[in-house]
Amino acid sequence: MILEGKNLSFAYDEKAGKIFSGVNLRVDSREHAAIMGPSGFGKTTLCKILAGYLEPDTGEVLLDGAPLPKKGYCPVQMIWQHPERAVNPRLRMKDTLADGQEMEERIIQALGIEEDWMNRYPQELSGGELQRFCIARALGKPTKFLIADEISTMLDMITQSQIWNFLLEETKKRGIGLVVVSHSEALLERIGVRRIFL
Amino acid sequence: MRWNQRKRAKLLFGFSVVFLAAVAISGVLCREAAMTTDFTRTNLAPCLEYPFGTDWLGRNMFYRTLTGLSISILIGVCAAGVSAVMALLLGLAAAVFGKRTDSVISFLIDLVMGIPHILLLLLISYALGRGLRGVIIGVALTHWTSLARLIRGEVLQLKESEYIQIAEKLGHSKMKIAWKHMFPHLLPQFLVGLVLMFPHAILHESSITFLGFGLSAEQPAIGVILSESMTYLIMGNWWLALFPGLMLVLTVVLFDLGGNALRSILDPSSVHE
Repeated sequence: MILEGKNLSFAYDEKAGKIFSGVNLRVDSREHAAIMGPSGFGKTTLCKILAGYLEPDTGEVLLDGAPLPKKGYCPVQMIWQHPERAVNPRLRMKDTLADGQEMEERIIQALGIEEDWMNRYPQELSGGELQRFCIARALGKPTKFLIADEISTMLDMITQSQIWNFLLEETKKRGIGLVVVSHSEALLERIGVRRIFL
Repeated sequence: MRWNQRKRAKLLFGFSVVFLAAVAISGVLCREAAMTTDFTRTNLAPCLEYPFGTDWLGRNMFYRTLTGLSISILIGVCAAGVSAVMALLLGLAAAVFGKRTDSVISFLIDLVMGIPHILLLLLISYALGRGLRGVIIGVALTHWTSLARLIRGEVLQLKESEYIQIAEKLGHSKMKIAWKHMFPHLLPQFLVGLVLMFPHAILHESSITFLGFGLSAEQPAIGVILSESMTYLIMGNWWLALFPGLMLVLTVVLFDLGGNALRSILDPSSVHE
């Protein structure tokens, strides 16, 4: 499958000017791509547009030539930078996980999510533990593209390598395209990505 | 042992609930006794046998006060319950179903808030033929606005949160998100709003009954007791107004304290206060 952004531009505030304009990108689901750029250049905004959270001011996002569905499960799923904000603080983790669609038990095991965590609230888990839940939730069966926005920045090296090894294997096996935002050169080197500069 | 703020709040809440339940139940039980007239004991000042005295028909004022309060509590619970549920549904609807619904409901909130409570209450109660039904519907229709506004604001804020947006992109319907993700956040607001609405409902019930637009004169309601006592106050029968009035204030204050205690119990951040 091919995820395409054509002539994208976006402004949060028209008066303050555009964050970016005329951005074109094309990612094949067999490759890994990284979006590069300094702070404040709209990497996260671009991720949100690609995953359908925001509407671009101009241009369009196409998945295999068709626009993303407005309702229902979005085949392009985004994993957010701050896991503690991406889970509902008033729900137990098993309920948060149940939001994902047609998830396989295998994924939960491979991510090292322990049975004991399921009955806890998000406040009772660490950032790395929460991020595993967020990744599992985004990997439902209908997912075709995964957008990882700085998902491992605040994790320790061991957790980072566990998570990335799993993600690389899983996306390869299922043919899920991967778009990464990261500042870590070592990580990008390891994943083997094509770089897209903003 | 020193009591911390949370333990005190729990104790206060428990005490309010027990006291109000006791008043409500005993009031229902002594309803017969409250209606009994006995002309051998008219206009007695408070004494051991009749702690709140008796009135000009020889009715026991203690029983009348309890029954009156139980009617008030019943009305308060019904009206506040209906009102709070209305507030929850409208608040949710305003925030969940698009802009047009929101502006209609916001307009309704402003409309009802713009008219003085007591005036609207009088009109509704009078139009519905007074009585218990008129008062309950009147109170319910006038008291939902501030809670609805609070809940609408809360929902608008929740809608912007990342986990709600993620749930939408995971293909869940608005109704499911409202129920599963938003309701747990709204429950504390709802419960506290409900409890804090009781005293308002009770006071408004008493005041329109006092003004003659509420419950009918044969009911031993607090408003009726107070308005009847006005005639006898100049004759020196001070107990006819004092004790029922004090008990009404006590009931309202206990509901208020209980509601605030509930708020600090439900709000985790209050642990450190």
